[in-house]
Amino acid sequence: MPCTPEEKQRLQKIARDLRLTIIDVMAWSGGAHVGGSLSIVELLTALYFKYLNVDPEQPWWEDRDRFVLSKGHGAAGFIPVLAKRGFIPEEELKTFNHFGSPFAMHPDSNKIVGCDASTGSLGHGLSMAVGMGLGARYLKKEFKTVCLLGDGECCEGSVWEAAMALSNFKLTNVITIVDRNRLMIDGFTEDVMALEPFADKWRSFGLELIEIDGHDFDQICEALDKAWNAKEKPVIILANTVKGKGVDFMENNVVWHYASADSELCEKAKASILNS
Amino acid sequence: MSTVTGTTWNCYDSATMTPREIYGRTLAEMAKTNDKIVGLTADLAKTTAIVHFADAFPDRFFNVGIAEQNLFGVAAGLAKVGLIPFASTMAVFASMRACEQVRTDIAYQNLPVKIIGTHAGISFGHAGTTHHCTEDLAIMRSIANMTVICPADGTETSLAVRACLDIPGPVYIRIGRGFEPPCYPDENYGFTIGKAIEMVPGTDITIICCGIAVLQSIQAAKTLLEQDGISVRVINMHTIKPIDKEAILKAVKETRRILTIEEHNVEGGLGDAVAGVIAESGMGCVFKKHGLNDEFATIGYAEDLYTHYGLDADGIVDQVRSLMGREYEADEDWEDE
Ligand SMILES: Cc1ncc(C[n+]2csc(CCOP(=O)(O)OP(=O)(O)O)c2C)c(N)n1
Repeated sequence: MPCTPEEKQRLQKIARDLRLTIIDVMAWSGGAHVGGSLSIVELLTALYFKYLNVDPEQPWWEDRDRFVLSKGHGAAGFIPVLAKRGFIPEEELKTFNHFGSPFAMHPDSNKIVGCDASTGSLGHGLSMAVGMGLGARYLKKEFKTVCLLGDGECCEGSVWEAAMALSNFKLTNVITIVDRNRLMIDGFTEDVMALEPFADKWRSFGLELIEIDGHDFDQICEALDKAWNAKEKPVIILANTVKGKGVDFMENNVVWHYASADSELCEKAKASILNS
Repeated sequence: MSTVTGTTWNCYDSATMTPREIYGRTLAEMAKTNDKIVGLTADLAKTTAIVHFADAFPDRFFNVGIAEQNLFGVAAGLAKVGLIPFASTMAVFASMRACEQVRTDIAYQNLPVKIIGTHAGISFGHAGTTHHCTEDLAIMRSIANMTVICPADGTETSLAVRACLDIPGPVYIRIGRGFEPPCYPDENYGFTIGKAIEMVPGTDITIICCGIAVLQSIQAAKTLLEQDGISVRVINMHTIKPIDKEAILKAVKETRRILTIEEHNVEGGLGDAVAGVIAESGMGCVFKKHGLNDEFATIGYAEDLYTHYGLDADGIVDQVRSLMGREYEADEDWEDE
């Protein structure tokens, strides 16, 4: 079993705490990409609290697994994970977005301990992951590289250039995850720029696709186990998620792509998280 | 071809609306009388306010998804069949992600694509360096056929958006995130692309600036006159290319001290454009470029960053004071140049 009941409970607890922190970050920062941060909580939790071989004691250890948040605007979800995992003091999250802070709406690897790539301009991450994978192979290192993309992000042609390279170079040491929450900024992906048949597109590029519920730890762990042991084709995990997941009034509502909220609304959001 | 001269209609309230909001509404207004205008964006319809055009004219609005290279290639194609595309996205993506499409597909073929780059400079400071854009003036200025405009406020944005229709080739209009306070009380000040505007008369030193620096420089000039008795001329160089050489050389002659201010790297932007004009003239003067000093900006909200990088009125006052102490070489032959 990829995920024992105890482990699942542990991960669920972490995920819930992270959601609460995301709401705090939205308040402290004055505005955050809250929807797309809430949709990746379980994926980030499984990666940082079960799969990635990283060590906060030696954050730049050269054999560590690498993680690239290609959808850099998920920083309000990602940076709290780094804090919870011990890479940065949780107290520092209060500086988010403010003058001189290491934390902005997009993660900066020059400034954040444990952050492997500066991202935020969509469509760059998977190419960097390809480079990390090729480098690992050449250097005879065992580490994996995981890259998390948004679905809207996959409108960028560069994503498909990287996908082609993954397959061409048979980079089974690179694991691609797409956060399929079906929303971008201007609306639903299928209304703005249709991605479907999305899974077929990835498969036709030569990748092995695993489709899961991106909020279900059993499915996430099963998929990551497979991906970690891939031998033939590089794996892409198509994670079906809900933008704004966990906060009833934010779920599936494009208004919460980037937003701020007063303390009353933040309390409401937290109550909803604790109830779900 | 339409012309802006004498236009008096107002479709916006410049005191309360942001430049990008004004852009979106102006474009929607213009499209009522010009059916050749088409609009495009890359998943930033709301963010760049072109949504007002999109709502009014859904049949000539195209959202290409998050794909900026495609955005500008598609715009080029629309222009090739006789349309006038207005394409808006954040400045950083217009100038860098899609740079070659802009250069080769649009500028080389000299197509009338109007590019609106929003969130320019450090106006989106808290988004982090990936969203800062302190290189676009240099990039766009170096592309042949391109007209480059950096309006001072919403009123000027509206005027520039209308005026750029008269330009047969590509135009780049750079605006901020949209919380910039207004500079002009109304639009009857004679905006013409390529003609600088004297905002404050002065005889001791000239500040040549664009964008958000214009209002700050006006305030700095006031302070300097009151506190130091320094007479500061302020020139709004809203068109970076083609630059108003006459206004620059007149300022050199009459004030002998030039300070350029831009929300941009000092390498390659307004300051270098002005420097080139002065150097080629053979005239000597005290000169300084002020902006981001060949560095990536740090994280923070725009107002804090403007203070930190001395792009607010106080910072500009300091710059002027330090320049007033510097000597320039007198040149009796200037009158003959
Ligand atoms: C190259 C680029 N273009 C545009 C943007 C602006 N932008 C930020 S988030 C976003 C939408 C992202 O949608 P998606 O990838 O589906 O992420 P999610 O819905 O999970 O937030 C856009 C267009 C950007 N950051 N980078």
